[in-house]
Amino acid sequence: MMRMRTVEISVGAFVLAGAIAFVVLMVQVSGVSLETDSGAYKLYARFSDVAGLRVRSKVSMAGVTIGRVAAIRVDTTYGEAEVEIQINGNTGPLPIDTGARILTEGIVGARYISLMPGADEETLQDGDTIEDTQGALVLENLIGDFITRMGDS
Amino acid sequence: MTAGSRATVFARFARSIAALLQHLGAQVLARLAKLGQASVMWWLAIWGLPRRGDFGLLVRQIYSIGVLSLIIIVLSAFSIGSVIALQFYTQLARFGAEDAVGLGLALVLLRELGPVVTGLLFAGRAGSAITAEIGLMKSTEQLSSMEMMGVDPLRRIVAPRLWAGVISMPLLAAIFNVVAIYGGAVVAVQWLGSDPGGFWSGMQDAVEVWEDLGKGTIKSIVFAVFITWIAVFQGYDTEPTAEGIGRATTRTVVLSSVMVLALDFALTLGMYGEFK
Repeated sequence: MMRMRTVEISVGAFVLAGAIAFVVLMVQVSGVSLETDSGAYKLYARFSDVAGLRVRSKVSMAGVTIGRVAAIRVDTTYGEAEVEIQINGNTGPLPIDTGARILTEGIVGARYISLMPGADEETLQDGDTIEDTQGALVLENLIGDFITRMGDS
Repeated sequence: MTAGSRATVFARFARSIAALLQHLGAQVLARLAKLGQASVMWWLAIWGLPRRGDFGLLVRQIYSIGVLSLIIIVLSAFSIGSVIALQFYTQLARFGAEDAVGLGLALVLLRELGPVVTGLLFAGRAGSAITAEIGLMKSTEQLSSMEMMGVDPLRRIVAPRLWAGVISMPLLAAIFNVVAIYGGAVVAVQWLGSDPGGFWSGMQDAVEVWEDLGKGTIKSIVFAVFITWIAVFQGYDTEPTAEGIGRATTRTVVLSSVMVLALDFALTLGMYGEFK
């Protein structure tokens, strides 16, 4: 049964190669870290306008990605958007007067949230809301403002 | 024209319409009967497997379906990956966005091209072989002699092939993706001089485990189910002549390729339809 043996060995190697391929796809391509993200926490932020921001958009501080947008809801009473932000575990606590802005990567790039660190000793806890926010700049509104001002002068 | 001849013309017309309808109906019924037959066969075969001694059969089928498809998968993955990287690089470099080569390559491969091209190659390489093999077994009356000996050909012949396809195809698709991504990396990073940091980290930022890898894997499993199903049924349903086997093999490749492309559209619409 030499032949069956080579068949079995090659099938074993094939299955192993497939499993390794899956691991490579997860670790090297999707960037999953094998450590559990224990210290991760959630923050909320309310914006007047989140145009272009999406679920899974980046959240960064000083240009370093430290989290993702987990959910976006609209609050119809105030006409504001409430954004749920998932901060990665290795980031550590943020000061309570941290500010949030919605910026654009490049000129036509994706929208992301940029956090500006504050100076307060107190830190944001899981589930807290960021108070100091600035919504997305919407090009149409800027152009509209510009045209009204042109008309006034 | 007399009233009588007008009536005969009308009667002839009505008869030809009836004949047309009958032909259409017969066609539809025949197709439905085939589909029903194929579904019953699939259902009986897929649950007929887990028995003692079947493991050896399964291993042999994974060998002939999976391992033997490996060479064509690896070769085409490498060339497809490097070609995509080359095209993306030349277009994206015009906007100074060479860093997006990695993420574009990975997303295109994981979501669409990996499962689809693997499916097409799988249909051509493994599906046709399955149909030809079973077709020959049928025309040399091996299947009916098996039945006569009390061996269920659904269990012994069909089931191992169905399961081997479902097991092999996601593995082949994963290997395809890895080889294609590294092929793209060779072209973009080693040859064209794109920044390796931007290439890999841009990819890792954009690719999600479930959203991209998981859903792509689901696609490949669905494709495997349909390709092996079509291949096995075409073999089983062959006209037992040399010509019939040829026709059945062609039909397997054509049908399963069309099926892969149509299903891919349906699955993409269903899984990514909201464009989150």
